[in-house]
Amino acid sequence: MNLDDALHTFIVEARDLLEEMEDALLRIEQAPDADTINAIFRAAHTIKGSAGLFGLDHVVAFTHVAESVLDLVRSDKLPITAELVATFLGVCDHLGVLVDHVAAGTAPDDATHRASDELVNKLRGHLGEPLPAKPATAAAVQPALSAATSGGVETDHWHLSLRFGAAVLRNGMDPLAFLRYLTTFGRIERIVTLADAVPRLSELDAEACYLGFEVGYHTDVDKATIEGAFEFVRDDAHISILPPHSKIAAYQRLIEDLPHEELPLGEILVRCGSLTKSELAAALSHQSAPGESPIRPIGEILVERKAVRPQVVEAALDKQKQVKEHKRTESGLIRVNAEKLDEHINLIGELIIASASARLVAQRVGMPALLEAAARLSRLVEEVRDSALTLRMVQIGATFNRFQRVVRDVSAALGKDIRLEISGAETDLDKTVVEKIGDPLTHLVRNSMDHGIESAEIRLACGKPAHGTVRLNAYHDSGSIVIEVADDGGGLCRERILKKAIERGLIKAGQQISDQEIHELVFEPGFSTVEQVSDLSGRGVGMDVVKRNITALRGTVEIDSVEGVGTTMRIRLPLTLAIIDGFLVAVNAATFVVPLDMVVECMELSAQETEAAHGRDHLNLRGEVLPFIRLQQLFDIPEVPDVIDPEADGAFADDNTQSRYESSSAILTAEGAAALARDPELAFLLQPVKRENIVVVQYSGRRAGLVVDSLMGEFQTVIRPLGVVFNGLDGISGFTILGNGNVALILDVPGLVRRVAGREGRRTAKATAYALTE
Amino acid sequence: MTASETQSTRPAAGAAARAAAEPCQYLTFLLGQEMFAIGILSIREIIEYGYLTEVPMTPPFIRGVINLRGAVVPVVDLAVRFGRSAQKNTKRTCIVIVEVEAAQCGQEMGIVVDAVSEVLEIPGSDIEPPPEFGTRIRSDFIKGMGKIGGRFVVLLDVDRVLLVDEVAVLANLGGADCASA
Repeated sequence: MNLDDALHTFIVEARDLLEEMEDALLRIEQAPDADTINAIFRAAHTIKGSAGLFGLDHVVAFTHVAESVLDLVRSDKLPITAELVATFLGVCDHLGVLVDHVAAGTAPDDATHRASDELVNKLRGHLGEPLPAKPATAAAVQPALSAATSGGVETDHWHLSLRFGAAVLRNGMDPLAFLRYLTTFGRIERIVTLADAVPRLSELDAEACYLGFEVGYHTDVDKATIEGAFEFVRDDAHISILPPHSKIAAYQRLIEDLPHEELPLGEILVRCGSLTKSELAAALSHQSAPGESPIRPIGEILVERKAVRPQVVEAALDKQKQVKEHKRTESGLIRVNAEKLDEHINLIGELIIASASARLVAQRVGMPALLEAAARLSRLVEEVRDSALTLRMVQIGATFNRFQRVVRDVSAALGKDIRLEISGAETDLDKTVVEKIGDPLTHLVRNSMDHGIESAEIRLACGKPAHGTVRLNAYHDSGSIVIEVADDGGGLCRERILKKAIERGLIKAGQQISDQEIHELVFEPGFSTVEQVSDLSGRGVGMDVVKRNITALRGTVEIDSVEGVGTTMRIRLPLTLAIIDGFLVAVNAATFVVPLDMVVECMELSAQETEAAHGRDHLNLRGEVLPFIRLQQLFDIPEVPDVIDPEADGAFADDNTQSRYESSSAILTAEGAAALARDPELAFLLQPVKRENIVVVQYSGRRAGLVVDSLMGEFQTVIRPLGVVFNGLDGISGFTILGNGNVALILDVPGLVRRVAGREGRRTAKATAYALTE
Repeated sequence: MTASETQSTRPAAGAAARAAAEPCQYLTFLLGQEMFAIGILSIREIIEYGYLTEVPMTPPFIRGVINLRGAVVPVVDLAVRFGRSAQKNTKRTCIVIVEVEAAQCGQEMGIVVDAVSEVLEIPGSDIEPPPEFGTRIRSDFIKGMGKIGGRFVVLLDVDRVLLVDEVAVLANLGGADCASA
């Protein structure tokens, strides 16, 4: 891996971490807890560490100061205040800017430097106030990693407990010599001699040592060196060396810095220098000593033996857990280039078409073994398709979480107290959709906050809580994903919209329009009812763009609003843009695909029913009114398609009408005819009898029927986009290629319904207008 | 329409000048009894007229779509686009696949012709600027008039005839017309 690759990894990682940090900061404001603080600290620390690797000194210097403040927060020396969180959000943003500079390969400009200095000053303010005398502040300014590794400039000291064994003197050792030796690489601050073991003079053995010492010791060397001083008496004496308090934080940090590999607890402590090898060996032998049962955890033993401080053990245990988790996620996830994934999906699309045509050939040939093989193949292909599609699915939660920040910033800018509630974050949807939905959502959320939610006074006057709520919700519903942006604000004001619409000539005064239509007006370009324009919204630019963006994704957006109670904007998007389960129907020679998720049931439309409808396009479906659309009329589909001049080549046209979808361009072979004879069902399907069927479809709670000639069953549909020529065609959402190589149209059910309803609406409106002029 | 007509003479003249500079090969084909030609550089391939899927709610000159090796390609009936009636399909009916300029990338489109004739080289000196009127075709569709064996053949400007914006916008208009009818 060359350095560029590594740097790229750093940038990606840093951005991820910053996102996490931001999330955690926003969470902590509502519910501070140790885990979240640690997460923030870890993020900052990791960025600092990796930045150090690349020699990005300015990033290191800046992060270091932030980290020092976080350290105080972590050790409960600094309370979490809104101001502190705000500062850290600033830090987050600034780090983002720094990372961007790294990514662009540019040096930060003056403005960035100024922002750096400003933030550093703010941070120092937090550092200074609670602990003004702490020299750590001075250390914090150092731009390097030194404080994290040495922790050398602390006021507190090591604590050595020395209990010399009775045999020490006899073995030729002098306790005093050890103490003197200690002073060669440190300073003894305090010393207490413990003489309580000294027996009465009559019982005293002059050659035995009875003394113990408690030593307050100041040094810059590590634990192993201190222990080394007592090398010769280790067997005879009981010596415990406790690090200074300040050292604990350093140990904890070191533990976190350890590479991600699974280690036993003792080993972790040894690696960070908090425990020496000999201490560990002693503790281990103690643990496995015969008297010890049940076996106690090594951490407990070490704490009891005063070899390490409990906090350090905790940190080490945390680390162990973290490593395990890391390992789990590491083995579970790989980063894949999105392009490769798209290519893969495209290939699977081709595979589906190929397998459909293989099955068709098998049906035509009618060889049982071939049919079986083809069926097995298509089942497998279906599975492959499903699993490939899930590869592209991501949870919407990450997108939703971004709005925590948006809501926070916007509510601060507006001076309103607004909270964001998120539900359905685990709802999956296609990655392409997720990428494109961000902007429209941001717009809707801002709109809700700016126009929807009233000021605190008005809210209180209306008997609502002072703080407003914006809710983001997502769920799956008949093959689409629904994303809701709801607020508990004032709702859309019918009167105001009407007034504005009349002013702009969108509707005429006195015209009767439904609430639904009024809400639709909001999506007209340049439509805004707000008197004054804020810098957030109100210019009337946007809702039409939102609608356009969503329509481009084959989605819809609708508004539910109750005046005084709130507004819910509901975006409905197809789950995937690539492959769907379709239901194949035919009208005369034309074939259409209805998204299977929308199909509720199919039934035959008998002649009596058609008659009973009296030419009206609705029927009685078990007591409910079911309006239906006659596709043949709507699409004006000719009885016999004009393919090739019948006189010039009769066989083609004949074949087309008779066998419809099954074999349009190929003439039935002798074997095929034999297969039909053997398979009465297939023959039945292929016989040229004119029957009508109704496909009942459901969409956003509404039902409608589609009148078609024949039902041809499920079909895995690879969606081909409409392309520039057909874009914007209402009622058709795309093309697909059938097994026989022909193109079929994918019906856009809501578009069809809209089209038919709009047509009837206009017709009745015309009639009304005519009646009025009369 | 008036706007396009006033504009039309200039780009067409420019195209004629360009065509004059470089001798090009042209594919000649028949629409009804009339002969037309298209510069060969924009032609991808010529395929037999096979099964074609009609797309409802589009203007009549859009015949439908075909499957061209997995890609869905719109097919335009050139005769209808020129305001004539559609011809009956015969065994000689072909679809000429051309590539025209779209927003960013090339867009493949098919045109239905009654028969393809041959590929001819027409030197720039044999290409006349289009007449002001008399061809019964919108003059901005015409790149020039090629002289072949003493006859004049209309050299079509495919990018103008199949202008994606126009065809697509018309598709929308057609939809609206259909809906209001």
